[in-house]
Amino acid sequence: MAGSTEKVIYMDNNATTRIAPEVLDAMMPYLTEYYGNPSSMHTFGGQVGQAIHQARQAIADLIGAVPDEIVFTSCGTESDSTAILSALQTFPEKNHVVTTRVEHPAVKNLCDNLEIFTGRKYHTTRLQVDADGTLDLQNFKDSLTDDTAIVSVMWANNETGVIFPVEAMAKIAKERGILFHTDAVQAVGKIPINLKETAIDFLSISGHKLHAPKGVGVLYVSKGTPFVPFLKGGHQEHGRRGGTENVASIIGLGKACELAAAHMAEENTRVRTLRDKLEKGLLTTIPKALLNGHPEQRLPNTANVSFEYVEGEAILLHMNQFNICASSGSACTSGSLEPSHVLRAMGVPFTAAHGSIRFSLSVYNTEEEVDFVLEKMPAIIAKLRAMSPFWEENK
Amino acid sequence: MWEYTDIVQEHFINPKNVGEIDGADGVGNVGSIACGDALRLTIKVDENQVITDAKFKTFGCASAIASSSMLTEMLKGMKLEEAKKLTNDDIAKALGGLPKEKMHCSVMGREALEAAIADYTGAILPMAQGEVVCECFGVTDLEIIRAVKENSLKSVEEITNFTKAGGGCGKCEGRLRELLAETVEGIQPQLVGAKKIKRMTSLEKIKKIEEVIEREIKPTLKKDGGDIQLIDVDGDFVTVSLRGSCAGCHSSRTTLKEYVEKKLREQVLESLIVEEDK
Repeated sequence: MAGSTEKVIYMDNNATTRIAPEVLDAMMPYLTEYYGNPSSMHTFGGQVGQAIHQARQAIADLIGAVPDEIVFTSCGTESDSTAILSALQTFPEKNHVVTTRVEHPAVKNLCDNLEIFTGRKYHTTRLQVDADGTLDLQNFKDSLTDDTAIVSVMWANNETGVIFPVEAMAKIAKERGILFHTDAVQAVGKIPINLKETAIDFLSISGHKLHAPKGVGVLYVSKGTPFVPFLKGGHQEHGRRGGTENVASIIGLGKACELAAAHMAEENTRVRTLRDKLEKGLLTTIPKALLNGHPEQRLPNTANVSFEYVEGEAILLHMNQFNICASSGSACTSGSLEPSHVLRAMGVPFTAAHGSIRFSLSVYNTEEEVDFVLEKMPAIIAKLRAMSPFWEENK
Repeated sequence: MWEYTDIVQEHFINPKNVGEIDGADGVGNVGSIACGDALRLTIKVDENQVITDAKFKTFGCASAIASSSMLTEMLKGMKLEEAKKLTNDDIAKALGGLPKEKMHCSVMGREALEAAIADYTGAILPMAQGEVVCECFGVTDLEIIRAVKENSLKSVEEITNFTKAGGGCGKCEGRLRELLAETVEGIQPQLVGAKKIKRMTSLEKIKKIEEVIEREIKPTLKKDGGDIQLIDVDGDFVTVSLRGSCAGCHSSRTTLKEYVEKKLREQVLESLIVEEDK
């Protein structure tokens, strides 16, 4: 099986991204000579604190926040857990959480476990999505009660790229005195975000989704929002998150946010054009191929396409022969024996859910790569369909 | 990413014997598109009871395709009597092994072979007659006991890897543990098979929930001017919408949990959780 990193056509950027060369350059000094602890009372450590401050500023700038609102964490999952558990501790008398059927496991499994392990003291409303994967605002409004402590709705879905109206939803929640969290790990860096103008209380960022390294995340906590730390410990992050800073990765994330701001226009023009070409090409050259997710209300880099009557892992491994990297919502790739909960919530039939492939692009992709994928895919699908017991009777 | 042997990869990329035999002597269809894998095996048997040809069509992952391809290679030229003795382990071994989570692919191969042979001989397969333990994937106790015995399985996780049972909602874990303990100790497990309980798939679960709502819950709520509608079933989570005087009634949550959920738990599944879609 192809295992080299040469000439890899990487279209799996919603899973993780390559570290930008500029990011690595910015990090290197903090992995070598500047190894001081930012909490130390000497200049050697103190200068590291300065660099963290600059990174905090760059991150705040990308999302229209102020540096004090940025809390560094270890990953998106930690940010999500911190926000939701903080809100529940802020309102101990409230016992209701509103979320969606299509959240990332970081939020979905937390809510499921909250219900189960608290003897169902907490209950969760999971908002349904329609066939395009979008939410209904009226349905959301009606779900809020006096017992609702927090709403957690992703900004953009990792599997389909569908964007949710979180700004409007946060406003509605605020009017009811309910805290609002958004898992924005897929949105930050891909679409413009200006938190100054929103009622969002918490927002999660994951470094490795925007060309920074794995192992660093951010929780944005809006000024004035009540906050209970998840990791209690030292005074780092003004007592909001104990634990010595992951300095080099934080510096890297700062640089990545600068780059994302600079690339925002490109992401929404050139990358979008590439994505559209890829998607249109697949849907027109391959019969019984379907787009999953709303055609417009979507991230510019994501295309989720189902090829009916074939199975996703088999498709991916054939693509792997050509060094093409993507993801699938099939059961066999999830390791759970059941296909993607997102596609099931959208009512995508099993015939299509098992054969879904997610292509997620980045600024590093080229038109040649898209052309190459478009050249290879029809034969891969045709080969698998020729051996599918369901194809002959359904084609 | 799964670690597949070179043999698995070779049989996946260049599978042998793809297709269907015209005028096959035996046809075995196992699996379904909902379950994520399915295999149609066709065999040709000559007058000396030797399998002269075998072809497959498979919907599934790399290991499902490789298992099918290997199975057909093994079958060609094999005496029917020998083929009857073929186990899933024989298929997995011929492939140089399968990731443990993928052993069910070799089991599917063996099941298709049994079905094809049964089709040829006109026999009735005993495996489908047991009591369904895993509702998500429709796996019976007989199938589980057999997998445990033949592969010396030692944990519920292994049962899932080999049969898929327990790989969906996970509700049957307790029963799987019982079956495992009973089978390993060699004690004849208590089969409820005598009652001949029908297989309940997700679809049937939804149907049953609908039935109970229509037959019992709705009429009761309507007496108080209320109404109810089933919106969705996702695993154990049942979403309903309360209407009429129930909507906005401050005790609607009590109605939901104390009445609707209780009824559904009694009559459909003990693990159901009912939520309101407002």
